Amino acid sequence: MNDAKIRVNKFSFYYGQSKALHDISVDVKENTVIGIIGPSGCGKSTFLRSLNRMNEIITDTKTDGEIIIDGRNIYDKDVDIVDIRRKIGMVFQKSNPFPKSIFDNVAYGLRINGAKDKNYIAQKVETSLQNAALWNEVKDRLNTNAFELSGGQQQRLCIARALAVEPEVILMDEPASALDPTATLKIEELIQKLKEKYTIIIVTHNMQQAARISDFTAFFMMGELKEYGETNKIFTSPAKKITEDYITGRFG
Amino acid sequence: MNTRQLKQIFGFNLLRICAGIIFLSIILILYDIASKGLNIISWEFIFSMPKKGMTEGGIFPAIVGTVMVTSITAIVSIPLGMGCAIYLNEYAKNGKLTRLIRLSIRNLSGVPSIVYGLFGVVLFVQLMNFGTSILSAGLTLGLMTLPWTVTASEEALKNVPKSYREGSLALGATKWQAIRTNVLPYAVGGMLTGTILGLARAAGETAPILFTGVAFYIPFIPKSVSSQFMALPYHLYVMSTQHPAIEQVKPIAYGTALVLIIVVFAMNLSAIILRYKLRKLKEE
Ligand SMILES: Nc1ncnc2c1ncn2[C@@H]1O[C@H](COP(=O)(O)OP(=O)(O)OP(=O)(O)O)[C@@H](O)[C@H]1O
Ligand SMILES: [Mg+2]
Repeated sequence: MNDAKIRVNKFSFYYGQSKALHDISVDVKENTVIGIIGPSGCGKSTFLRSLNRMNEIITDTKTDGEIIIDGRNIYDKDVDIVDIRRKIGMVFQKSNPFPKSIFDNVAYGLRINGAKDKNYIAQKVETSLQNAALWNEVKDRLNTNAFELSGGQQQRLCIARALAVEPEVILMDEPASALDPTATLKIEELIQKLKEKYTIIIVTHNMQQAARISDFTAFFMMGELKEYGETNKIFTSPAKKITEDYITGRFG
Repeated sequence: MNTRQLKQIFGFNLLRICAGIIFLSIILILYDIASKGLNIISWEFIFSMPKKGMTEGGIFPAIVGTVMVTSITAIVSIPLGMGCAIYLNEYAKNGKLTRLIRLSIRNLSGVPSIVYGLFGVVLFVQLMNFGTSILSAGLTLGLMTLPWTVTASEEALKNVPKSYREGSLALGATKWQAIRTNVLPYAVGGMLTGTILGLARAAGETAPILFTGVAFYIPFIPKSVSSQFMALPYHLYVMSTQHPAIEQVKPIAYGTALVLIIVVFAMNLSAIILRYKLRKLKEE
């Protein structure tokens, strides 16, 4: 199992005294889509945000165990948090474009990482927007404010923004929860396409969506990873009764 | 009509009267000063030196003095206040120390201005050896406006959505990069608005400059920041209470008052316009 891109090993997370994640262990293969499901408050977002150390913004938190990405524990003392976050991109549940032009939104990550060359930046912005399936809709108005885009477009813009800095892993926290079915479909198609180049971990409340887009599914409950395996298997013959109950909607 | 409606009408009118009283008194003050001060104001009055023991001539040195002192106040208070606010809002952990700092800042804004004046004498005039000067007075006023600047700046920072910071950090920005490129640009307008209001107040203060550098009568423009100076509020005070020929100089006093009010109003107005523009920008 050493070829795993991400290897979570007995990882626990605490908000102050309260333990939000209990001894999570899971291996993630490169170029796969992992769906994370589970009832509200079970720790899905906490888990996701642990993977790029985003939780550290919150004061008084603590971790145990390790998360090894490309053979390196990202919680080691000498790891540069900035490198981690560049390598592990993140798309938030609520799309959060910056109040800048469409172009500047996508260029933002490049610029803070030191890119100066105008042609390089323009080129990168274009390919990122293309990869996020947004280019055709915005190519004539790159200088308009990102807030003028529709909700679905804004979310794809955030994906483009994340892609621009060339991450290897993309974390998505319910990226389609605020979108209508058409926009959702677009995002789902996009995820299928992105899988060829990236490893994607996506939180979703929508069972059908998890079944449609993910190769592997992780079922969380009350801070524990209850079951993890191929999506087909989890949805057709889950090993645990509780997983089945959740998937079939008997609670949750 | 039932009693609930009556109560409502009564309450409504009570509030209306309160608002009316405030509005009326402002109008009365303005009318009084404007009616007595307007006819003395002229380019001559604004741009010439006081003459003959201040019984004639203009108030130019007082205007220049006020502008210079307020500039020093701004130079001190803006970077310090903004820096402090950035530290408190973005870096400081919400512990006991931070709460203590916040509490003292809040309390500082309630300290009477004369106390700042005395403090300024000890610290700037004597200890730091700046003497009674524009510099000492400006620094004293700078300290006095700090609570405003800090509070307004913190408020402005709080108004920037958390998602801007998170989005930036998630792309690999350092904390300072996130603040500089994705927080400050959206907070700086609000910070300035609050700061200008603080400065406007400082420009009209007498007590803090009283012992730290303002002078009775200096009929020329200050040469440097280590000179003593005349200032509008103090000039007004002198002309209306200290001058030997009080009746004779009354028009000058009213003219000074009007100029002072116009200066302060202009500053407040610019803050209001700035805030309005920013709000519109945000809505777009
Ligand atoms: N900043 C925080 N401080 C303290 N506790 C928190 C914080 N954020 C989350 N928690 C707690 O941690 C637990 C897991 O929360 P988390 O946000 O990870 O759940 P989730 O599975 O993403 O839920 P949802 O599906 O509703 O988004 C919850 O009990 C929550 O109350
Ligand atoms: Mg969540």
